[in-house]
Amino acid sequence: MASEFTMRVWRGDLSGGEFKDYRVEAQEGMVVLDVIHTIQATQAPDLAVRWNCKAGKCGSCSAEINGKPRLLCMTRMNLFEPGETITISPIKTFPLLRDLVTDVSFNYEKAKKIPALKLKAKEADGTRRMYQDDVDRVQEFHKCIECFLCQDVCHVIRDHEDNKPEFAGPRSFVRLASLEMHPLDEEDRREFLKGDAGLGYCNITKCCTEVCPEGIHITDNAIIPLKERVVDAYYDPVVWLMNKLTGK
Amino acid sequence: MANDKYETHEYDVIVIGAGGAGLRAAIEASAAGVKTALICKSLLGKAHTVMAEGGIAAALRNVYQEDNWKVHFRDTMRGGKMLNNWRMAQLHAQEAPDRVLELEEWGALFDRTKDGRILQRDFGGHRYARLAHVGDRTGLEMIRTLQQHAVHKGIDVYMECNIQRLLKDGDRVCGAFGYWRESGKFVTFKSKATVLATGGVGKAWKFTSNSWEYTGDGTTLAADAGADLIDMEMIQFHPTGMVWPNSVRGILVTEGVRGDGGTLRNSEGERFMFNYITDYFRAETAETEEEADAWYEDKTNNRRTPDLLPRDEVARAINAEVKAGRGSPHGGVLLDIASRRSAEYIARRLPSMHHQFKELADVDITKEPMEVGPTCHYIMGGVRVEADTAATTVPGLYAAGEVAAGLHGANRLGGNSLSDLLVFGRRAGLYAAQYAQDLEGHPSPATDQIEQCAQELLAPFNNDGGENPYSVHMALQDCMQNLVGIIRAESELKKAQTEIASLKERLARVTVEGHRQYNPGWNLALDLQSLLTVAEATTMGALERKESRGGHTREDHPGPDPDKYGKINLVLRRKDGEFSLSAEPLPEMPDDLKELFEEGR
Ligand code: SF4
Ligand code: SF4
Ligand code: FES
Repeated sequence: MASEFTMRVWRGDLSGGEFKDYRVEAQEGMVVLDVIHTIQATQAPDLAVRWNCKAGKCGSCSAEINGKPRLLCMTRMNLFEPGETITISPIKTFPLLRDLVTDVSFNYEKAKKIPALKLKAKEADGTRRMYQDDVDRVQEFHKCIECFLCQDVCHVIRDHEDNKPEFAGPRSFVRLASLEMHPLDEEDRREFLKGDAGLGYCNITKCCTEVCPEGIHITDNAIIPLKERVVDAYYDPVVWLMNKLTGK
Repeated sequence: MANDKYETHEYDVIVIGAGGAGLRAAIEASAAGVKTALICKSLLGKAHTVMAEGGIAAALRNVYQEDNWKVHFRDTMRGGKMLNNWRMAQLHAQEAPDRVLELEEWGALFDRTKDGRILQRDFGGHRYARLAHVGDRTGLEMIRTLQQHAVHKGIDVYMECNIQRLLKDGDRVCGAFGYWRESGKFVTFKSKATVLATGGVGKAWKFTSNSWEYTGDGTTLAADAGADLIDMEMIQFHPTGMVWPNSVRGILVTEGVRGDGGTLRNSEGERFMFNYITDYFRAETAETEEEADAWYEDKTNNRRTPDLLPRDEVARAINAEVKAGRGSPHGGVLLDIASRRSAEYIARRLPSMHHQFKELADVDITKEPMEVGPTCHYIMGGVRVEADTAATTVPGLYAAGEVAAGLHGANRLGGNSLSDLLVFGRRAGLYAAQYAQDLEGHPSPATDQIEQCAQELLAPFNNDGGENPYSVHMALQDCMQNLVGIIRAESELKKAQTEIASLKERLARVTVEGHRQYNPGWNLALDLQSLLTVAEATTMGALERKESRGGHTREDHPGPDPDKYGKINLVLRRKDGEFSLSAEPLPEMPDDLKELFEEGR
């Protein structure tokens, strides 16, 4: 069954812009991205939006829907009442390029600085052995689709542009946790976590966890264990080493 | 020089496309010590590889000791209905295990066996459990691992940069020309060698698992540069795409559902695949439900379930069931794992399918069956390459991954795509780097070539024809879906040719609004050039191949023709925008490999 909606979509770039209303019909089962595509095809062919997979797997279509950071392709229209006005704006934390598209290069720059994986030597028989129990928790972090919604919602950079150089953000912490907890990794990232990554700026508000479309427990499973490592182990290399060896 | 007008970069090797093949090629080229750039249409890490779910096929022998490259090679060739380039199939089967282990060195974390090695799962057409995987999000693991490795190696990446033309110096390819999506400004890359890794063509069809990027760019770039295309009629319709709601129709449902115990049923509850076992696969396929179910646990004494016949067979079967009136409420069939495996098992093995159905269709796959039907998924045909080096028929131009053709023959087995990307991505990078190192001097495009490209790309802004690019695209998708789909016939294919010709005329009248900065209307208008080119090529091949084989089924020629079409590639060459077609013999397999197909099992 089709229902009519008013989509209030941000149109414009850094030099200025405004919200524009589009009346659209949503068919049964449609997601917000479908409606945006309908607007493109029929009313505003130059409406800029990023997307790739349309199945919640690539993390391209991040935006703010009625002020909430979400994936456009995983937000069903039946969440809203027919006739409702739905506001779609670009994510706020990163510079606007055009319409719903922002410049997310911040995240790629931060990724470059993360100290890479350093694996220990192979087993005597030339293989790598890891057990499912040991990889389970790291696999949770590998589910990240790099939608950057957690980065968008984090107040450390959302409200304070000047913190950006010193803070890598929750997405980076998830990546750092995945490296730190890799069963065979032996790199030491303590300095980096305290310094360049700015882990100390995070005051565990858990907003990042709430918006993660992959349901990654960013705060509990990534950030807090990283903080513990840095605090417990920073002055005590023995504790750090124990953590590494036991994969804690 | 007038071409200083546009931003220009100079490299030894440029790689166009940053999915699995492009990333792997760039890593290899850069490791060989040549200056390398990686150019992609989307942001890094968003390419279609991310959507691959099931796994990477490689005879690692972690689950079945009996497996080895010869068995994998044989499965690949038989799955491809022997139209494959045997040498590519051999290299692929031999090298895939090393490529998987290398990913582990770079940080990938595959699901594990009890003794701590990489676990492997069953998939259609593979004799043994062979697919290294991470739940049902293997592609994400692969692209992220390659992406991070490439970033740590310091490879230059140009994101959201859309390449539209290849540049030539004489008969060599010497670079590429395109635009930045962000600004709409033009950019020139000069290179000694160029690798195409642009993926497939699925966006020409209405119901497809492919993302917006899959517009046949690389195929068209290659054809226009003078490279041969082969077997463009070979399109894979994946048997299980979502069919409902309409807006998500086509989105992939991994074959892993069947690999992990799911079964297909019609509206009468019957496991209909038992009625569609062809003679070709009879000896190796279970005849009873008991045997099929026992096979999951014991492969030595039971034969494979027909649910896991190669994709072309399953897609045709589903199509026939729906036609016979035994379909599901929304025109698919039922895929049931809920009644066969525990909720806990399903959630652990297929988390992303669980999530996808819950969020997009309000279906809980641990409790209810899924509705599925065929979706356009993959093109086996494409740019002709030399097996060992991934070189196309044009000097300086290489191709790897879905854009290249040969490995999969008439039908690709699941899991053979990710391994293809790794094996031939690496080879393309390696040989492109070698070519660049051996080349003396730096080839350079003529200035007027660049200026002409720029004028062509701007044409849609200056046009007053008034056609809407989105309408032309939709008309093309309808045409290909209805007339060049799973089951084809001469009369329909001819009709498609007429329609494509008229769509070309409409494309010439497309007008875009607004300015060049991040303008999807303009971007689509340009991508339509390549979409129409591949649509035309596929239709031409489909009309010429008067037999049914793998991803090409002709209602009016229902059987294979082993003596004629079973022995040839259909080669397409484009000159001044016109394709010509010729039949050329398949490369001849050496006798020692031929023997693998003669022994009884
Ligand atoms: S928990 Fe930390 S990283 Fe997450 S949103 Fe709050 S401050 Fe930011
Ligand atoms: S951690 Fe979650 S919210 Fe953050 S980028 Fe990854 S998937 Fe998105
Ligand atoms: S389009 Fe891929 S996550 Fe939305």
